[in-house]
Amino acid sequence: MEDDDNGSSPGWLKAVMRRLGRNWQVLAAASAALLALDLHLGGNGLAAAGAVAFVLAVAVLFPGKRGEHVAMQRSEGLAPDIDTLPAIHLAAAVQDPLYIFNRGGEVVYANAAAAAAFGPIAPGVSLQLKFRAPEMHDFIARVLAGGDEPSATDYAERVPIERVYRVSAMPIGEGTGLFVLLFKDQSEARRIDRMRADFIANASHELRTPLASVAGFIETLRGPARDDPKARENFLQIMQNQTARMARLIDDLLSLSRLEIRPYVTPSEKVDMRLLLKGVGDSLAHLARESGVTIAFELPETPLEVAGDRDELVQVFENLVENACKYGSAGGRVVISAEDAGPGAEKTVTVTDFGPGIAEEHIPRITERFYRVDVETSRAQKGTGLGLSIVKHILTRHGARLSIKSRVGEGSSFTVHFPPAR
Amino acid sequence: MQSQHIMRSFDEELRLLTNQIGGMGGYAERMVEQAVAALVSGDAALAKKVIEDDAFLDEKEREIGEKAVVIIAKRQPMAADLREIVGAIRISGDLERIGDLGKNIAKRVVAVTEARQPTRLFRGLSALSDLALTQLKEVLDAYASHSADKISFVRDRDEEIDAMYTSLFRELLTYMMEDPRNITACTHLVFCAKNIERIGDHATNIAETVYHIVTGTVLPPERPKEDKSHKVVAPTQQEN
Ligand SMILES: Nc1ncnc2c1ncn2[C@@H]1O[C@H](COP(=O)(O)OP(=O)(O)OP(=O)(O)O)[C@@H](O)[C@H]1O
Ligand SMILES: [Mg+2]
Repeated sequence: MEDDDNGSSPGWLKAVMRRLGRNWQVLAAASAALLALDLHLGGNGLAAAGAVAFVLAVAVLFPGKRGEHVAMQRSEGLAPDIDTLPAIHLAAAVQDPLYIFNRGGEVVYANAAAAAAFGPIAPGVSLQLKFRAPEMHDFIARVLAGGDEPSATDYAERVPIERVYRVSAMPIGEGTGLFVLLFKDQSEARRIDRMRADFIANASHELRTPLASVAGFIETLRGPARDDPKARENFLQIMQNQTARMARLIDDLLSLSRLEIRPYVTPSEKVDMRLLLKGVGDSLAHLARESGVTIAFELPETPLEVAGDRDELVQVFENLVENACKYGSAGGRVVISAEDAGPGAEKTVTVTDFGPGIAEEHIPRITERFYRVDVETSRAQKGTGLGLSIVKHILTRHGARLSIKSRVGEGSSFTVHFPPAR
Repeated sequence: MQSQHIMRSFDEELRLLTNQIGGMGGYAERMVEQAVAALVSGDAALAKKVIEDDAFLDEKEREIGEKAVVIIAKRQPMAADLREIVGAIRISGDLERIGDLGKNIAKRVVAVTEARQPTRLFRGLSALSDLALTQLKEVLDAYASHSADKISFVRDRDEEIDAMYTSLFRELLTYMMEDPRNITACTHLVFCAKNIERIGDHATNIAETVYHIVTGTVLPPERPKEDKSHKVVAPTQQEN
């Protein structure tokens, strides 16, 4: 696949350049720059080839008009202006984050993928201010200082979510004074590595205790309790609970790991929260009955839509409602409410319980992995301490946030704030 | 024509100055990240590197200070331009302090690693440092884009960092009381947590400076506290 592209692309590119003639120098140079970048980055050339094809198609479809345009510009002796060059269409068609910048290192253009990955950026913003990591800072300085060789570096971000990119830059055309900067997402490989390490560390750490206790019971069953049927029944029950907990722990860890390796793209599916919340209520009706809790809804009359991934959002609210039923069972009821404060404002969903509440000093911590306020209660509830870290992770991916309010003795409320629709 | 020429080269000087702040910022972010990583993984070599890196920030701060003075003397800028330059001096000062705090964390790595601490404590510490680093990243991004839109979130996160620090502090205290052998290492960890919390404070200072540069007014004081609440990461870039 890769070899194929490497071998054939320059050939057809040349042919097209010939066909399009001299007026297309700039366009072709930009295309070639992008293609070279993509290949240089270790990509398979597909993204750039697609982009080039798109622009050339546009060019071939409207040859008269565009040709005139460029010719006119030339005859007036103007330097090519980025706004009138189809290079901008080319850049827009690239699926990876791409910036075009000038000799001063200022952003002239950022494509949609760049805005999605690194946030909107106004033209004129200095790249060296936006991408500050020492390697990137030096890299941009080197590119600006000259040198036609395409060059590349690695760029990593740790917060809000770990991401790694291979970045390359190259001047566009001859004497345009413009450069292109292209990012290739390499996060997945890195995340898988980390996931493996984290998974092993977490699993071995958290499984040690229940395993030790099961081993202890087995020993007792073979020794002192050998002929005591009552103790045996009792111990077997505990062992069953422990193994169930271990199984759950592994499920949770896997679920968290799987989430962590998913790419960082804001989900765009439209989800009606009213339906989703009703569904969550139904699926937890059994647990609620067991805990002696009734679930009440306070939902708006009209659909409340948020952009998100349905399955992940179900996971969020199942975790929150499950916690409310388990830890807040003393309150006897759980309220799921949602509010839409109108366009431009946040949409919120709140899960409230009337249980014992959470002491102030624990509130900032309970979204940490394995953090449990009261290890005994949580264990009795078969908790693993991963539920809220899964919630937090999913919400970060959604650009949403969680706020927790609680008063000891009165209950707790967990509110999810979804960002306003764009 | 003439005045335009001067304008352009003043802008040019200003851009060079602010780009250097970008360089310092990236360096400081990296130092804090690595200092905490060294602490969590007990990596003495990485800690040593962080300690050595600090000299760069000291040097840069001096350089920026001198450049700024030259620009002010030569151009006698007014209003917005002056705010920009004075702001650069202030931000470089905060970044230099952040570097010092990072170095200080790195210096404690060896003492902490002598006796292995429970992973739980490090989880809290890295959660705290993630918050502080997010804060720093957001304010530096706001500086880059010259935008005051996101700055109000800074106050929220500042509170969040404080609450997290307090909780961590309690946890460390309990741990010390449980077993006196933990006292030395935990004391170092308390200082590390305190340093991270102060890194957050410097980030908030930078936010105030950025707000002043952009709007010419002072960032409104903290909103009255509502209930005890906790907010979890609001990644700026996803909000619009
Ligand atoms: N509604 C609540 N009321 C009181 N305490 C709560 C509530 N929700 C969560 N907590 C506390 O926060 C801790 C962490 O919750 P989390 O959902 O992350 O883990 P868990 O419920 O123990 O395990 P899991 O959800 O993985 O089964 C819980 O152990 C509990 O102490
Ligand atoms: Mg839970």
